[in-house]
Amino acid sequence: MYDIKALYEAESVEHAVRLLIEHPEAQIIAGGSDVLVQMREGKRAGKELVSIYGLDEMRGVSFEADGAIRIGSLTSFSHITRDPIIKEHINVLGEAVDMVGGPQIRNIGTIGGNTCNGVTSADSASTLHAWDAVVEITGPNGVRRIPIHDFYIRAGVVDLKPGEVQTAIIIPKIAYEGYHGHYIKYAMRNAMDIATTGCSVNVKLSSDKKVMEDVRIAYGVAGPVPMRAPQAEAEAKGKTVSGGNVKAFAETVLKDINPRDSWRASKEFRQHIAVVLAERALRESIRLAGGEIDE
Amino acid sequence: MYAGKKVTRVDAYDKAIGRTRYTDDLCDKSAYIARVLHSTIAHGRVVSIDTSEAEKIPGVVKVFTCFDVKEKHYFPTAGHPWSTDPEHQDVADRLVLTEEVRFYGDDIGAVVAEDEVSAAQALRAIKVEYEEYPFVLDVQEAMKEGAPQIHKEYPNNILKHTAIRKGNYEEAIKEPGLTKVEGWYDTPTVQHCHIENFICYAEMEGDRITVTASTQIPHIVRRIVGQALGIEWGRVRIIKPYIGGGFGNKQDALYEPLCAWLCMQLGGHLVKLDIPREDTFVSNRVRHAIRSHIISWVRPDGSYAARKLEAFSDQGAYASHGHSIVAKGAGAFPQLYPCDNVEVDAYTVFTNKSVAGAMRGYGIPQAMWAVESHTEDVAVRMGMDPIDFRRKNLMPVGYVDAFSKNELYDDTFNQCLDKAMEAIDYRRKFKEYQNQTGDVRRGIGVSVFWYNTAVWPISLETSSCRMVLNQDGSCQVQLGETEIGQGADTAYTQMTADVLGVPLKDVHVVSCQDTDVTPFGTGAYASRQTYTAGFSIRRTALLLKERILKYAHELTRMPEYNLDIVEGNIVRTTDGRILMSLGELSTEALYSLTNSQHLSAESTSQIKSNAYSFGCTIAEVEVDIPMCKVKLLDIVNAHDAGTLINPALAEAQVHGGMSMGIGFGMSERLIFDEKTGRALNNNLLDYKLSTFMDHPRLKAVFVENAEPTSAFGTKALGEPPACSVAPAIRNAVYQATGVGVNEAPVNPHNLFRRFTEEGLL
Amino acid sequence: MSKQYKLVSCTINGKHVEKMIDVRASLTDMLRDDYRLTSVKKGCEVGECGACNVIIDGECFNSCIYLAVWAEGKEILTLEGLAGPNGEISDIQQAFIDEAAVQCGFCSPGFIMSAVEILEAKREFSDDEIRKLMSGHLCRCTGYENIFRAVKKTMLRRLGKEKEALEV
Repeated sequence: MYDIKALYEAESVEHAVRLLIEHPEAQIIAGGSDVLVQMREGKRAGKELVSIYGLDEMRGVSFEADGAIRIGSLTSFSHITRDPIIKEHINVLGEAVDMVGGPQIRNIGTIGGNTCNGVTSADSASTLHAWDAVVEITGPNGVRRIPIHDFYIRAGVVDLKPGEVQTAIIIPKIAYEGYHGHYIKYAMRNAMDIATTGCSVNVKLSSDKKVMEDVRIAYGVAGPVPMRAPQAEAEAKGKTVSGGNVKAFAETVLKDINPRDSWRASKEFRQHIAVVLAERALRESIRLAGGEIDE
Repeated sequence: MYAGKKVTRVDAYDKAIGRTRYTDDLCDKSAYIARVLHSTIAHGRVVSIDTSEAEKIPGVVKVFTCFDVKEKHYFPTAGHPWSTDPEHQDVADRLVLTEEVRFYGDDIGAVVAEDEVSAAQALRAIKVEYEEYPFVLDVQEAMKEGAPQIHKEYPNNILKHTAIRKGNYEEAIKEPGLTKVEGWYDTPTVQHCHIENFICYAEMEGDRITVTASTQIPHIVRRIVGQALGIEWGRVRIIKPYIGGGFGNKQDALYEPLCAWLCMQLGGHLVKLDIPREDTFVSNRVRHAIRSHIISWVRPDGSYAARKLEAFSDQGAYASHGHSIVAKGAGAFPQLYPCDNVEVDAYTVFTNKSVAGAMRGYGIPQAMWAVESHTEDVAVRMGMDPIDFRRKNLMPVGYVDAFSKNELYDDTFNQCLDKAMEAIDYRRKFKEYQNQTGDVRRGIGVSVFWYNTAVWPISLETSSCRMVLNQDGSCQVQLGETEIGQGADTAYTQMTADVLGVPLKDVHVVSCQDTDVTPFGTGAYASRQTYTAGFSIRRTALLLKERILKYAHELTRMPEYNLDIVEGNIVRTTDGRILMSLGELSTEALYSLTNSQHLSAESTSQIKSNAYSFGCTIAEVEVDIPMCKVKLLDIVNAHDAGTLINPALAEAQVHGGMSMGIGFGMSERLIFDEKTGRALNNNLLDYKLSTFMDHPRLKAVFVENAEPTSAFGTKALGEPPACSVAPAIRNAVYQATGVGVNEAPVNPHNLFRRFTEEGLL
Repeated sequence: MSKQYKLVSCTINGKHVEKMIDVRASLTDMLRDDYRLTSVKKGCEVGECGACNVIIDGECFNSCIYLAVWAEGKEILTLEGLAGPNGEISDIQQAFIDEAAVQCGFCSPGFIMSAVEILEAKREFSDDEIRKLMSGHLCRCTGYENIFRAVKKTMLRRLGKEKEALEV
């Protein structure tokens, strides 16, 4: 039994927005795997909830007119992993969310919830950052879209204004076409864990597969929110596909990231792992893109 | 014969269809819900508790504080048999609620409400004012002069220090040509993590109180509840239904005394105390973290000239099982690798941390971590093969321990090592994995273990059994040794069927213990269930059989010595003729107008023996050095547990113990905040219990040397599988990388530190 | 403030049911307290142990972190619902019994329900896939070994691979 002050069940996105305006103190609950746990801990105990769990209109993966991939915010992790569009165009996202918790969590957990809680360890977040995802937000003043980078304000806080609901996550065509990527979750066990560090890398190779035309890398738990490593990206961009260049890229991430010391892992350990992951994830991305690394 | 067969667990069907009732399933919905208020400081005194806001919350029945405990009945909690000798009694240092706070999570109050939401709200609304004292979390720090004193009766926080002296260590080390090998070895605080948390409920009937509890030790808990409440023990009734695992945590009185006290404060109203997972980690019991210092002086031929062990056991805030845990490991040290000159010092030391109690292996997983890591270090230093080195120095056949009188009757160690090596293809792999380079390397490692079965002669061993014949010739069997998931009831069924001569289906072991009804027995602990209960089962079944045959004689006029019971029939042994079924006899006996008898038997066996139970683990790993990760590729445990009553359940026991050993060796550790003393990872996400994906296939192999002291040839198997796994993994990593990790677990944090120190990163 | 209730209509173990449910209830609360389906166990109440796992519309969920009101219109299957019309147990339950995959039994209902979802896929999974699909449950008694055997054997048998099942 949860300490819920009142529960309002939204029947549409519009209704959800209205309920949030009517009940400004209310917390949105999507799948509940974060909100209910926090409520039990006492953090959100006694709060009103607006449940959007029933809004099937916010589920599913589809193409937009311009070829962008649209993922409804309530799409569960397991549905993302199994989705044919995801598998074909951005399989790494399906792989990344297939590492969240365990199977039951992946059935209830949603990509919207995973990003709206604003935590740095979210398995979807680094991949979405690395693929220049765009967040669609619906509110009393209509729909707005912002880059996922801007959506995260600080640890635990995202850019949702009163009455707003995150309704979709969009991967623009320009962001995925020609790219291949790989995500490595570093955790202390192989299931039911949160990332000590998560690293998502993708690469676009030249047509002869010899040059890295573009490299993007993002981390979870390398700072207070998921983050890109722009200096490392710049280091690799335009370089030939060689072992030395991959290594130089990996070592450059230390200029970008800022992991902290905590009881979960030391700063030095996280830094060390971040470099190892960057190298391994880029190597695998190159392989997936059909490239061969010149050692 | 049913013993030795893989018969199906007697409780498997109900568990597989979800019909089995555990404590929470049995509790009436009218129960008040209690929650414990825990301290949020590690050391100090409660000055005041403001309950006014909490009491205003609708649904709150009453809020109790430590100041409401007017009669202070200090009680011990350890699940040991009571001793009538005050010198040997457990330390009585607990109150149901305490003003003196000794760890972060101590029990300072309780809320009783009509529902769980109100109870949780009330807990949050209580304001506590403390006087804070300095606290200490580290054993060595706690022993220093000037360290915070946790119990005033124990200077330097030392609960107990024991020493063993054999030969003359100081003289022996002067022998020329010795190599000195020295190491410090640490094990972490870990928790049992049975999937059913501790739960109990209490209700009064007349002036008596009944507590239904998820416990391993109902008869012991009855005594402790009586002590804690200051009432006659006969007024307490403990009922133990099926329980969702215990592993030693429930071999302590946990919250039965508090729940009973709350119930009595509320006029006997039904009160349920369902401990949340987070509290289970912190405020139940944990495994003692033990730091060991070993020095070995080795001759060039690989024999030991002298050895020394100092072990420091972290007791946490209260005595619970106390010194018995480290003492067991200390006692094993001179036995496992006998040496003429030995010094052992074992200390149990209070710290301001969660209370350490019994946990599967009872000090031996910690001792084996130290001893078998060290053994590997010595073998490597001496340039000797790890298996050959062990074989050379291990306890020889015929060894008798002077104190326990335990004897090693068979060549158990060599037989187990041979079997395990064969099962995992040790020799080939060991050779293949020598001198590797590169980022990813493989290794294979071994560890043996020492164990014994029961608690004699340190403590009482007694078991009582009752058998009652039904009209149909079937019989109920009752014992105080409890089913806690290990399969004890099935073993009892097999044993009874064999001795009594009835089909398996005609034996009904009463799984639920009720101290009003169940004959006295101290419960499930050590690895003594089949060993100890075996004596009383055999004796009682023979008594019942004697009574049955006497009655059969009266019905048939055949001499008793020409009669037997075979598969539920009275059989004349001279010609094998079936004279009647046991059901016919039993019905006649009950309803006879001339000679009515209820055929039953009851007896107690005191057991003044104990039995060694030895074996080993071999583990194969792959180490990804840059990732600081170990993957367990293959693992085998070999055991000589004597004659196996049920090989399938024995194998399952070994799997479970291996799993616990894998967690202990690779991932588990309860972490305490240095600044506050608070446990930081007291939940199943942050505490790294190994998952389905962290295990390879688990292999168990057995050597069956019948134990001569045992009623059925059996000896320990419950705990031994957890004892040698962690050091075998550690030693495999050592072979792979040349780096010994002396601080368990061998997790990425410790590997990162060690690989950095050794220049591998 | 007054308590808030909602009429929840759903199908539980093949039977259509409806009851007024406290909106604060988890699905675990509803199944255990309102329908007395006590195979649904509480081990952590935060979705980490898997003991409360049930199948909702064909997928597994930890009912402890699933609001009871969300069950509206859903088809829910608990361990109690696996028995056939005459009380005969399913092959996977029998496999748990035969393989000694049950010890204390507290985690068993949740594991069996995950196994049911896997077996419903009617395809042969690799050993690693089985491990991953079962990884949302913690067990402290079995080391997962005999559970693995029970699931793999039943999967192979359902696919007509009796011989391979014997080699597991």
